[in-house]
Amino acid sequence: MYILFSKEVWRFLKVTIQTIITPVVTVLLYLLVFSSVLSEHVEVYKGVSYTAFLIPGLIMMSVLQNSFANNSSSIFQSKLNGNIVFMLLAPISDFEMYIAYTGAATLRGVLVGIGAWVISSLFVVLPVHSFFYLTAFAVIGSAILGSLGMISSICADKWDHIAAFQNFVIMPLSFLSGAFYSINILPDFWQKVSLFNPFFYMIDGFRYGFLGVSDISVIYSLSVVIFFFVVVSIICLWILKSGYKLRD
Amino acid sequence: MDPAVLVSQVYKRYGNLEALYGIDFSIAKGSFFGLLGPNGAGKSTLINIMAGLVHATSGNIKVVGYDVRKQWRKSRQILGVVPQELAYDPFFSTREMLRLQSGYFGLGKDNYVWVDELLERLGLGDKADENLGNLSGGMKRRVLIAQALVHKPEVLVLDEPTAGVDVELRRVLWEFVRELHKNGHTILLTTHYIEEAESFCDRIAILDNGRLIAHDTTNALLNRYPYRFLRLSVKNYSTQIPEKLLEKVVLNENNELTFRLHREDDNIGDVLDAVQNAGISFTDLRTDEPGLEEVFLALTVKNHD
Repeated sequence: MYILFSKEVWRFLKVTIQTIITPVVTVLLYLLVFSSVLSEHVEVYKGVSYTAFLIPGLIMMSVLQNSFANNSSSIFQSKLNGNIVFMLLAPISDFEMYIAYTGAATLRGVLVGIGAWVISSLFVVLPVHSFFYLTAFAVIGSAILGSLGMISSICADKWDHIAAFQNFVIMPLSFLSGAFYSINILPDFWQKVSLFNPFFYMIDGFRYGFLGVSDISVIYSLSVVIFFFVVVSIICLWILKSGYKLRD
Repeated sequence: MDPAVLVSQVYKRYGNLEALYGIDFSIAKGSFFGLLGPNGAGKSTLINIMAGLVHATSGNIKVVGYDVRKQWRKSRQILGVVPQELAYDPFFSTREMLRLQSGYFGLGKDNYVWVDELLERLGLGDKADENLGNLSGGMKRRVLIAQALVHKPEVLVLDEPTAGVDVELRRVLWEFVRELHKNGHTILLTTHYIEEAESFCDRIAILDNGRLIAHDTTNALLNRYPYRFLRLSVKNYSTQIPEKLLEKVVLNENNELTFRLHREDDNIGDVLDAVQNAGISFTDLRTDEPGLEEVFLALTVKNHD
């Protein structure tokens, strides 16, 4: 299991420009645009600048998108090239496979997050209110998206399917998660809709880790995120155990 | 003593397609076993079930006594598989890939000596640090063989190992496989080159349409074919070949007449007399014993009739 995890980490470290630096630069571009345009005009929480509000959301979005991308591209490429067979022939259990892939995706997500945090300090140096919540939401959120990346790559038959999942599920959920705004400013209906978006809890809780303020109770967010992690993990393990599209 | 591989009542269905139908056979330890069959016969499906890459609909396979579903960790440790497809991971070099593969089997740095030995034995020494994506097809095939052997498996499965490879690689490959066999490894070979199976395998199973249609020693299979061939180089002849002779002719081209003669019922002397009596003169003659290919064709064609 450790070797498979190392291999996955080694793989994304071999293409650091694509896997770490590019997403960090994307965060920098977002900050350049939004902080210069909106920072003076918008105040979401009292005493917190818009840039300071925005940074945790942007970091978490990058964390989530990159952990998804890590597993979806790695596993799907292995399926296409046929080299997934080397792992399937080895005495590695479904659970070990799950831990190794999800662990590597989580690590990539967290590394991108750290990079984004460092680059964002050019704009605002954020205080850390709770290192525990910061880490918990980053790690569990990343693991959820890593698992979703695994599920989508196992189920996909072509790159198109991965792109569809990424563009029609992951992207909208992360953009509509309150990364750029507080859901408290939304009309009632959209506020209620937002509560069905698991990404909202990940980002709101993560933001609490920095700022100490959030739209809803951080404990509630953490519970929802843990619940979602358990559900996604069970689905992923069930798919692996069934051999669906891998051993059929 | 447990056989190297025991296949018991294996069925595999894909929807309405019966890919394997009640396959039963065993492979003794130390055997060089050939699994033959036309395209789509079910050979790769059977191997994939053995390797845990596909789940059987019912039945089971044991590798050295370990059930591939229930005791998969043990059975996979014992089995090395060279897949048919030229798969490779473009992120890694040859040595990196072999070390990773070794790690998948729980082997640490102690095994790196064996990895280096494999690189040398398979002529990959100067390609060890080359990215796998830059290697030629033949070299990639060698890497696949090295990957299958990295954990020193007792049973080695070669799924069409020489498909599309050059003469030099074949020589290196067979030399190496023969040595592994001599050292006690059990070899299971599937190939389209029947002559390879004939020269290397001591036992052969033939699959057709998902069914086991033959399973015997190579010699016994060869003896199943009751014919041999008489080939005559003939001068141009104008006379008709008598009907009794004509029914034995299987090929008539390039001034060569080929007769298929039953080992017991046909006497070569009588046939030659009949040829001369028909006014056909010949300048040369030779007899050919049937090969496994004739046996294979006779069995599989009969099965399709």
